[in-house]
Amino acid sequence: MRITPSAPSSTAASSAAPGPNATDLAALEAESIEIIREAAAGFRNPVMLYSIGKDSSVMLHLAMKAFFPGKPPFPLLHVDTGWKFREMISFRDETARRLGLELIVRTNAEAAARGINPFDQTASTYTTIMKTETLKAALDEFGFDAAFGGARRDEEKSRAKERIFSVRTAAHGWDPKAQRPELWTLFNTRLAPGQSMRVFPLSNWTEADIWNYIAAEAIPVVPLYFAKPRPVVQRGTQWIMVDDDRLPLRPGEVPELRSVRFRTLGCYPLTAAVESTAATLDAVIAEMGASRLSERQGRLIDHDDSAAMEKKKREGYF
Amino acid sequence: MHDMTALEPRTLLRLLTCGSVDDGKSTLIGRLLFDTDNIPDDQRASLERDSRKFGTDGANIDYALLVDGLEAEREQGITIDVAYRFMATPRRKFIIADTPGHEQYTRNMATGASTAQLAILLVDASQGLLTQTRRHAFIADLLGIRHVVLAVNKIDLIGHDQARFEAIARDFATLATRFHFQTITAIPLSARHGDNVVHRSEAMPWYQGPTLLDHLEAIEPATAQTGPFRFPVQWVSRPDADFRGYAGTVAGGVIRPGDAVVVAASGRTSTIARIVTADGDREVANAGDAITLTLADELDISRGDVLATPDTRPDVAAQFAADLVWMSAAPLLPGRPYVVRIGTASVSGVVSKIRHKVNVNNFDELAADQLTLNEVALVNLALAAPVAFDAYQDNRRTGAFILIDRVTNETVAAGMIRHALRRASNIHTQALTIDRAAREARNGHRPAILWFTGLSGSGKSTIANLLETRLHLLGAHTYLLDGDNIRHGLNRDLGFTDADRVENIRRVGEVAKLFADAGTIVLVSFISPFRAERQMARELVEPGLFHEVFVDTPIEICRQRDPKGLYRKADAGQIRNFTGIDSPYEPPEAPEFHLKTDTTDAETLADHLLASLRPALGLQT
Repeated sequence: MRITPSAPSSTAASSAAPGPNATDLAALEAESIEIIREAAAGFRNPVMLYSIGKDSSVMLHLAMKAFFPGKPPFPLLHVDTGWKFREMISFRDETARRLGLELIVRTNAEAAARGINPFDQTASTYTTIMKTETLKAALDEFGFDAAFGGARRDEEKSRAKERIFSVRTAAHGWDPKAQRPELWTLFNTRLAPGQSMRVFPLSNWTEADIWNYIAAEAIPVVPLYFAKPRPVVQRGTQWIMVDDDRLPLRPGEVPELRSVRFRTLGCYPLTAAVESTAATLDAVIAEMGASRLSERQGRLIDHDDSAAMEKKKREGYF
Repeated sequence: MHDMTALEPRTLLRLLTCGSVDDGKSTLIGRLLFDTDNIPDDQRASLERDSRKFGTDGANIDYALLVDGLEAEREQGITIDVAYRFMATPRRKFIIADTPGHEQYTRNMATGASTAQLAILLVDASQGLLTQTRRHAFIADLLGIRHVVLAVNKIDLIGHDQARFEAIARDFATLATRFHFQTITAIPLSARHGDNVVHRSEAMPWYQGPTLLDHLEAIEPATAQTGPFRFPVQWVSRPDADFRGYAGTVAGGVIRPGDAVVVAASGRTSTIARIVTADGDREVANAGDAITLTLADELDISRGDVLATPDTRPDVAAQFAADLVWMSAAPLLPGRPYVVRIGTASVSGVVSKIRHKVNVNNFDELAADQLTLNEVALVNLALAAPVAFDAYQDNRRTGAFILIDRVTNETVAAGMIRHALRRASNIHTQALTIDRAAREARNGHRPAILWFTGLSGSGKSTIANLLETRLHLLGAHTYLLDGDNIRHGLNRDLGFTDADRVENIRRVGEVAKLFADAGTIVLVSFISPFRAERQMARELVEPGLFHEVFVDTPIEICRQRDPKGLYRKADAGQIRNFTGIDSPYEPPEAPEFHLKTDTTDAETLADHLLASLRPALGLQT
């Protein structure tokens, strides 16, 4: 094959300016920083959704750069379903400490007490209650009028049409038919009472861009992205990690140690691992260049049907 | 895995594809992504599934399904919005704006074109140039795209005929003489079969030029790098008392520490002290860089200001001529105030004149008194305050603006500045020695604008008259503006179309402002049906001076009262554009006073109003 789409940029993002000879990563970095500054200037009370994954790590890194030598003028918000990998939670707390940022964590304790979990409900019901509803409640609780999210347009078809500054109704719904035209970098930050904005600084990044930038900038990420022997069980074609003793084992299932890693992170019972020996960043990038599967393939919630994401977003999923 | 040493640094190209459904535009993008190996296996599998379910190419893979995004669009088989696609090769990353070709979607194409460096114009080889090709070329040119690929698709349908391909390329070259394209590259191709897209076609040995991908990888678009230095200040960075920096993105030119800069609006100058980034201070910054600048001197600079090279300064003016693409279903009305977003500045402004609109299909220039969705026009704009800008053809960042509706907050237009209108700079604000405070002291009360709005027959004038009488008895200086003294004099040239209603209220607002400035309590009694104009009148004066009084009377009661017999005539069709019948009334959302005349009589309402207003007016008892 002549073309290798995931071939990394060969120079670090910050070493070259986005002038005529700018690298693609330098241009993307500058674009994202402009978006983040614009949102900070345009909204009364913004917040950054921090999901602990690689995209969030890049977005947070860009926010730190955008306001240097100051700190980002907004807190981080993590919606914790109670089923995240343990390593994610420790990484989250360590990151907030290291960067000296305010971190807000919200969990739907009431639903958890009612027994809502990833096993007894469908993936989409569970996601709606534990993620979407919790997120909406947290945004309302603090009166945030804008929330940064790490979504990328290359992740999924309905995202490819979403604006960088995307208006949400008072009920946090998205109306794909009533989107404002978005021209140049003249972002319209005006809101009616009750409306809020989602801001996606990584809209034009791809998964390959994210990894190349993590490598170029030496950005810390959760170790789950790197292969090591982990206890897993096989379900259908997917490897599920037994992260704690809450995962109900099916008859005959015995956790086995396999060398696996994750391309995307979420709730551990809903996030499939891939078999891999890529234990370093370079190995991960090399493996990705050869990969034949998109990262969302490892996300169980997107598999309902091919229009699943558009429906979820209309209901307020980030 | 990859031979890293063989790679040049990868660069970024933003491009736009234009063409209609039938030209195979989505198929071309799908083909590009597929043949450059940018489609993962699981998406290939779902493409094969979807091709059987929705495809238009029988059992074969329908590449268009890779790019047709939203559910409804898949069902209707059309693309209805702007979608962004990504493609990477070892040499370049590509951001592809995919925009639909239907006439009613001019706004989508303008949106996609605003950030694009190159446009692919698709034509169907069996059809040749169509009206839409002219339209696409016009919009690409208007939005400042200087590199065009004429993709002559479906070349297989005309038997790979060289002569017909060359005739189409010639036709386009002739058409393009009126535009400003720097490169035009015509390529014969078949998206469906993959000829000359990524792989060179064996069916066209006569074609020696590049494949589409070859060209996209090789083109080096001009950048704003060579122009004068421009830096719209986005964010003032003050993390502590010792640091004061100006964060933003370089919009043009190059800057180094020690370079002189001027704040465009104030004319104050200083020199660059540092170029600060999280990766350390820089020796140079270029157009497109997101940086933070510090200056050698403490100047008054805030978001919206533009730092520039003193040698070649941007224009600073409150009036300019611009090309406008109207993007809203509600028409543009000259005189209606919009928020003008230009660079990092936001100011209030009106389209003062539509010089002509342009038929985008044949480029005819037509007179117009309003603009509707997807219309393009040359207009004059007048802003409430001067801003710094360049001509759009000199700088796409500092020459572009959008208009935002004040009430719906929608983005309603995209604008490209042509030039400043010089008369603006000849009207200097006179600093007067007798100011409003002096007049207030003499009058013994503060001025106010009491704006009565409501349907015809709602009781506006009745209540306003009663209130004015009470104020007069207290020794206040008052004046009542209503239809009788304004419509018959100052505004007798205006009728009752939406455009005239907007101008009517604009003039009333300005007159009220003058009276208030003179110290008078002005009572305005006008139907003033539109929120946007009432909001404009409010914003003409300082906060606290304007009081909106909503005289809320159900239309059935107004119709029964009908003091001037107007409802009878309107119902009989003798009056057109009558508010509440065939012209809308937009009730206030948060008036200072909300009077309900169906439950309380006019005298009582006037008493209540007076009691509530007394503190604001500073009137003695």
